[in-house]
Amino acid sequence: MAMAVSEIEALIKAALPDARVTIEDLAGDGDHYAAMVVSERFRGLSRVAQHQIVYAALRGRMGGELHALALQTMPPE
Amino acid sequence: MTTEASANPAFARIQAEIDAHPVMLFMKGTAMFPQCGFSARVVQILSHLEVPFHTANVLEDPELRDGIKQFSNWPTIPQLYVKGEFVGGSDIVTEMFQSGELASLFKDKGIPYQDAA
Repeated sequence: MAMAVSEIEALIKAALPDARVTIEDLAGDGDHYAAMVVSERFRGLSRVAQHQIVYAALRGRMGGELHALALQTMPPE
Repeated sequence: MTTEASANPAFARIQAEIDAHPVMLFMKGTAMFPQCGFSARVVQILSHLEVPFHTANVLEDPELRDGIKQFSNWPTIPQLYVKGEFVGGSDIVTEMFQSGELASLFKDKGIPYQDAA
């Protein structure tokens, strides 16, 4: 069962209320997305730590329901 | 390491692999025959930099496939480790390669590479 863009965005924003989230459905199949997440929470964190925050927000769907999420994370400029 | 985590039989094997090989890639398939685009991309990057690396095929080892995700608290494969440290998956390795951070990581860790760029 694939995931909808709105569901992904809602999960990320629930964990990161200040986040600016842009999501692109790469393959049109609801299974391969690219997402850019900008949040103050990421400041000073390694990329791995930043991505782990997003994966935790997705509550275990990453790698299961959501096969591929090309992720870019950064703090606001 | 919590007791429950250290009880995972795969952890000892994973630790042994990342200790034994300075550049260790847990992937789907093999370097010669990657069976996933994300795994193939990391193999390409390491080959481009002519970095010697060792791989483990998680498709042949379900216990490893699940164990590695708990070991690094990272939900996907491939996973790249350099000198025992988790560097990232396909996205992060690609971003680091494009920004030159991957080459400087190898330099800092004393790992031979060819920066053809």
